[in-house]
Formats: sequence, structure tokens, C-alpha cells
Amino acid sequence: MNVFAEAFAWLFSPERLEGQYALPVLLGQHLFYTVISVLIAAVIAVPVGWLIGHTGRGREVAVAISGAARAVPSFGLMVLLVLLLGVLRVPEAATITFVLLAIPSLLAGAYTGLEAIDRRVIDAARATGMTEWQIFWKVEVPLGMPLLVGGLRAATLQVIATVTIAAYVNLGGLGWPIIQGIPLRRFDQVLGGAILVAVLALVADMLLALAQRAAVPGGIRAAKPGSRTPRAARRAAAIEPAAAEPATASTT
Amino acid sequence: MNWIADNIGLILELALAHLWQSAIPIVLGFFLSLPLGWVAWRYRLVRGPVVVLTGLLYTIPSLALLILLPALIGVSTRDPANLIIGLTIYAIAILVRAVADGLDSVDPAIRQSATAMGYGGLRRFWTVDFPLAAPVVLAGLRVTAVSTISLATVGILVGVENLGYLFTNGLQRRIIAEVFAGVIAVVLIALIIDLLLLLAGRALMPWTRAMKTPNAARRPARIVRAAA
Repeated sequence: MNVFAEAFAWLFSPERLEGQYALPVLLGQHLFYTVISVLIAAVIAVPVGWLIGHTGRGREVAVAISGAARAVPSFGLMVLLVLLLGVLRVPEAATITFVLLAIPSLLAGAYTGLEAIDRRVIDAARATGMTEWQIFWKVEVPLGMPLLVGGLRAATLQVIATVTIAAYVNLGGLGWPIIQGIPLRRFDQVLGGAILVAVLALVADMLLALAQRAAVPGGIRAAKPGSRTPRAARRAAAIEPAAAEPATASTT
Repeated sequence: MNWIADNIGLILELALAHLWQSAIPIVLGFFLSLPLGWVAWRYRLVRGPVVVLTGLLYTIPSLALLILLPALIGVSTRDPANLIIGLTIYAIAILVRAVADGLDSVDPAIRQSATAMGYGGLRRFWTVDFPLAAPVVLAGLRVTAVSTISLATVGILVGVENLGYLFTNGLQRRIIAEVFAGVIAVVLIALIIDLLLLLAGRALMPWTRAMKTPNAARRPARIVRAAA
């Protein structure tokens, strides 16, 4: 475990707090690109997803987009955009890649959240005299929130992983010590960077898992995976192959 | 696009390397996930930790995993085995859940009838439980296959050569066609493997089509078109 000792020595050396590539700076860049990209993607995907979920129309298109997006290598897409936009516009090219990556998970989270609601609940809301707008804001959105936050969680982790790779196109971020260290055979630095990235992803996942739990409206018990009825599980798999994925789907 | 015509040999060679580097994790992940998923489904106490652990492994970004693995198990970073082990871990993370969910989807009444007819544990698993769980497992396998093939390109960043080479080399030499060829080749391989899995599923599970109501039968057909 000597390599790990060296990696931690590298991580905790005072030099890591100095200069252009100080770890706090890299962490800040990593978080900045992640938050900005996920926000832009949410602004695009969540209204569209809600519309699909509320009207029940257009879900085939959404499934098609999610399916096709999974096959596209994000690293390749990023490099392609960097070359197309020019090397001076790396931040724009990278951000576009991250946004495109985050959209399918957020879209799926938004519409499956609304679709998963028992139709009788919505009928009951309509029967009590709520307007469509009230049904949407007071019934569908709160009940769909846990799955939407689940989509946000998947999207965020995917973007965190891809920002790591973006160090290859000189974007900075916590992938930089890894990408820069490999050709130099600086294994302490490479491993130290990898540890930081893994810790960042695990912490983000944990926080978003807590947010997902907090998003369950009062009075509603979140369904545990094991408590799904056989029919519900079959239906989930028939409707959406992605239902078979873990909550934090699609790493890059 | 002249670049593609001139370098078709290189593309095919990399595609072949790419194919076996991703095929091994898909197959290995599938066969390792069957017993793991069964254990997670059969013993409720084990299920929580198995789902949490595989979820955590899945959370670790690929580039970090490809650096951490060599440090932990002593394989060389540039060794294709490193990439193959990493991708197998991701495949298991998806498939264990799919197998457990698939076994959940089997009607308990069917299981009880099989036991009542005298089926032993192992025979019941292979002839009743597994075939009935298979559609859900196949859905998970298709997700696994496509994401494994696209994820394998990250291997080039730690020195494992496959279609990802076209991305790094294309960037250094500023050849858009080269990067484009790499993206298209990866997407094509992913979609072909996805289609093969789908056809294999149809051939091996003819009852999945017969069983569906007209309304439900249209949905998978749309997904097929969506994937292709």
C-alpha cells in the first residue's frame, strides 16, 4: 500500500494549495462546470419532461433520445466539439457536451416522476375541482419530485465523471493531475487525483441521495426496491429498459 | 472524409480491439451477476448491502477507477486487463440489480406451482424462474452492452488502445474526420450489439411476444426502433 501513502503525501503537501493548479482551484473549476451544466440541462429538460409526463405524449421521442445518447461516447463527442468550435472555445465545447449528457437523465426523471403517479390520485384531484394547473403544481410536481431528484442525481454524477475526462482538452478540474501525471509517470499525483475524484463523486452521490429522500412529500412512503409487486417490476422493464439501471445510472 | 478511406485498416483494427475489450466485460459481468443477483434476491438481508456496494462502485468515475484498480490489484495501468476489469465492475453494478428485479417480476404463484409439481431448487431456477425473469435481465443486459462499448473509449486515457485512440490522435493532429469516424464506429458497434441481443432475446424467448396484450406489445416495438 506504499503507492497510497505516496498519493496521500502528494495530496496533503502544502504545495497543493499554491499556484494555478492548486487543488482548491481545480475543485472549484470541477464544481463550477458541473453545477452550470446541470442547471442549463435542467432548464431545458425539466419543463419538456413535465410536459411529456402531464400530457402523456411524446415519450417515444424521449425514450429514443435516451437510448441513442447512451451509445455516444462522451469523450469522443467532447473532442469532436472542441475541434469543430476551435481550440480557443474549449469551455463552450465542453459545457455543451456536459449539457447534452445531463439532458436524458433529467428528462427521464421528470416524465417518469409524473407517469409513476397513480392515475386515481389525479382523477381524485380533478374530481375535487382542482384546475389542470393546480393538479400539475399541487399534485403531479410534488409526487414526481423524488424521481426527478433521482434523475438529477444520475445527471450530476455523469457530468462529474465527464468533467474529469475534460482535463484532456485542458479544461482544468480534478482530472488535471491525472491527465497531466500519466505521461510524466508521476504516480503519486495520478493516484491522488483519482482518489479526490472518487471522493467528490461519492460525496455528491450521498448528498443527492439525501435530497432524494427529503423530496418525498410528507405522508408518502417511498417504495423500497424490494417491495415492488411482480407486475410493477415487469411493467417497468417493459416500458423502459433504463428502469433496470441503478439509481445512479450512466457513469462515464 | 478522405482520411477514413485512407485509414480504414486502422479503424477496423481498433474496432476489433474495442470489440473484444468490451465483449469480455459484458459476458463476464452477465455470468457473475447471475449468482450475485440471485443471492441478493433470495436473501433480503444481503440485498441492501449488495445494491449499495455496487451502486457505490458505479458512482466512481471511470478515469478514477482505471487509476485506482491498478494501485489496488497490481495490474499495469496500460494493460487491457485493467480496462476489462473496470468495465466488468460497472457491468456487474447494472446487472445484479437487473437480475434481482427480474426475479422479483416472477409471479410467486408460478413459483409455488413449480415447487408443488416437484421441481427442486436448481431445476426450478433454470426452467422456471430464470426464463420468466429473462426479459427484465435482457433489458439490463442491453443497457450494459451499449454503455460498456461507449465507456471503453476512456481506456485510451490510461494507455489502452481501442477506438478511443481516434479521439486523442484526432485531437492532437486536428483531424475532425478521424474523431468523427471514431464516434460513428463506437455508436455503430453499440447499436449492432444491441440489435443482436434483441434478436437473441426474441429467438430464445418467443413467449414474450405471444404473452403481451395488443396495447403492451406496441411499446417494446417502439423501443426497438428507438434503439436502432
